[in-house]
This record gives sequence, C-alpha cells and structure tokens, in this order.
Amino acid sequence: MTVADVRAALAEVCDPEIPVLTIEDLGILRDVSVAGGQVVVTITPTYSGCPAMEEIRSDITAVLHRHGWQDVSVAMVLSPAWTTDWMTAEGRSKLEAYGIAPPRRTGPVDVVLGGLACPQCRSRDTEQLSRFSSTSCKSMWRCRSCREPFDHFKDH
Amino acid sequence: MSTATYAIRLGDDCLILGQRLCEWAARAPELEEDVALLNIALDQLGAARTLLTYGGSFDGRDEDTLAFLRDEREFTNALLMELDNGDFGRTMARQLLVAAYQLPLWEALSSSADETLAGIAGKAVKEVAYHLDHASSWVIRLGDGTHESHTRMQVGLDEVWPYAFELFEVDAVLEDLVRAGVAADPSVLEQAWLATVSGVVKEATLELPSSDWRPTGGRAGRHTETFGYLLAELQHVHRSHPGASW
Repeated sequence: MTVADVRAALAEVCDPEIPVLTIEDLGILRDVSVAGGQVVVTITPTYSGCPAMEEIRSDITAVLHRHGWQDVSVAMVLSPAWTTDWMTAEGRSKLEAYGIAPPRRTGPVDVVLGGLACPQCRSRDTEQLSRFSSTSCKSMWRCRSCREPFDHFKDH
Repeated sequence: MSTATYAIRLGDDCLILGQRLCEWAARAPELEEDVALLNIALDQLGAARTLLTYGGSFDGRDEDTLAFLRDEREFTNALLMELDNGDFGRTMARQLLVAAYQLPLWEALSSSADETLAGIAGKAVKEVAYHLDHASSWVIRLGDGTHESHTRMQVGLDEVWPYAFELFEVDAVLEDLVRAGVAADPSVLEQAWLATVSGVVKEATLELPSSDWRPTGGRAGRHTETFGYLLAELQHVHRSHPGASW
C-alpha cells in the first residue's frame, strides 16, 4: 500500500457541486501520507463557508474504506490559502467541457473583467451579471453572441 | 483579553451578520441579489465557524456550543452586525461599513503572530474583497440614482453610521494583543476604513453623516432590542432538539 495507491483511489472523490472535478483537479488535495497502515489525507477548503467540504471529507473516508484502508483520517489545513491557480490543466479543460468558464490565472496584476470566452460558442463578447452565483466559487455571466447564460469559476 | 476572547468577538461579528443577512432570502429586489446576499452570508458563516472553533478550543467549547447555547449577554458581537436590515439601502450601507472594516482587518491579521488567526484571515481576505465591491457598487448606484433612491440611501447610511465606531474601540488588553502582534490595531483599521468609505460616499453623491452619537455595549454583551429575536430564530431548533442529527 503506497501513497500512489491512495492517490489513485482518491481520483474517485469528486466535488459534489461540480461532479466533473476530482479533489485533485480542484487543487484542494494537499497531502497524502501512509504510515504503518494509517492513511492521513490533508485537504484545504475552497471558500470558508463552502458546505461541500463536509461532503468531501466523508466521501474521502468512504472511498478509502471501500478500497480496504480502514484507518483513515482527514485533516483540514487553512494555510496557505487555496487559490484557483492550484487547479490542474486537466481540471480546467473538464470545467470548460462541462459548460463552466474556468478560472484565469491570478497574479500580481488584477484580473481584467470582460473578455471571458463563452464556454458554449467561444465568443469573447460576454458580460458579468453578478459576482455571485449558485455556489461560492462561481460568478454569473452571459454571452452576447449566443445569448446563453453561463457560470464562471471565479479567479481566486 | 486573551486571544480566545478576541477570536470569539470576531467570530460573533461574522455569525450575527451572516444570520441577519439570511433574512433577505427570497425577499431581495431581484434574484441575483438573493444569491449575492446569501453568498456573502455564507462567507461570514464560514469565517464564524473557524473563529468560534478556534476561540472555543481554549476552554473546550465547540462551535455549536458557542453559537447555539450561549444567551444574549454572552454574545460579544458589535451592535452594527445585529441591527435590523431595514430597507435594501440600509442593508447596503451596513455592508459597506462592514466590508470596508473587514478588508483591512483580515489583511492585517493575515500576518498575525497567531498562526491560526493568520490562516483564517488569509482565506477571509479574498472573500471580503467581493463583499466590498458588491456593497460599493450598490451604494453608488442608489446614491447617484433617482431622488427616491438617493434619499433612502442617505437615510440608511445615517441610521447605521454611529454604530460603526464600536468596531474601533480599544481597551488596555486589546492594546496588549496589538503590541504582541496578535490583533489588528483598531486605530490603523479606522483610518483605512474611513478612507474607503469616504471615497464611496463621495462617488455616490452622498454626505458623510455628522452625528457624533456613539452607541456601544455589544462587546460587553449589552445588545439592542431586536437581538433576542434574532437569537431565538438562530437557536431554537438546536435547543428544542438537543443532540439531534440526521
């Protein structure tokens, strides 16, 4: 039983709100350690109040139990604070295919609003309707070309 | 004042404001605002949970014990957080005053000598940037809007304004925590707060209120009349069904 085995099993744990993303895609899986039959999985929350964290915590335990690891604990760390820069390239592609515009890279300069590509028709003639949407991590947009509303995973 | 008391004060601020904002559910002027206000409430609740968990850890009380089993006089939130929402303008005025305070607060605490507070603040600071942006744009839109919206925005601001100053009160022990690099310096926060709020108020064509009335008492557990009703709604399920789970 190795760390790689545990990580492979954890690929089954997805975000309950955005089921195309695994916790690794999302960048919240911070560490896996295996010592003497005991598995410790360390995760970090996305937003402080995100209710999905409770689900993810119990899903991790359930999946690892199913794979035969009985002694499992899930640790939560706050620091360093999660950023969407930790989302994997694969995660970004999956999000876009799912119809959610992926986060752009954050950095020393402020992200310029507008010009986000519509995940339906690729037009950049889009506008933000609200900085808040159905979950903490998303904002609400619409495309002026194809007229479809869409969510954007906020740059955070 | 110990670090525990400080963490619980900050946690109570977030918990009570979050609870108050939930009253806008299904009542906001438009659907996007329902979503926005409840997202902000959720961010406040998230910060409250980590702060209360940490504050309670010093004497073995968990977040639920602190949130659901304390009585009115044991809550140490600032009065500003518990005030009735009033109309949308008044709610936005309070949101502006709170976000313009919490942004420099979390920024400062991100480098607190207390590692747990620094971790909590490092997450919250990213979230409150959205809250400030949201409140500022509404205060400007309503203030620099119609005669009706301008008037009501000014009234809302005038009503909540005096309560903001409790956030910057200092006592000897808070001074010790500031000196130890654990707490944020209230006088520095007040300067940053006033600069932000003044800029938004000016752009909104509103006037900074001139009242020098400074209601206080929240940190000592003396609350306004409506607070008990808020607590009743927050706590009754937990108290009516002790230990329930599902």
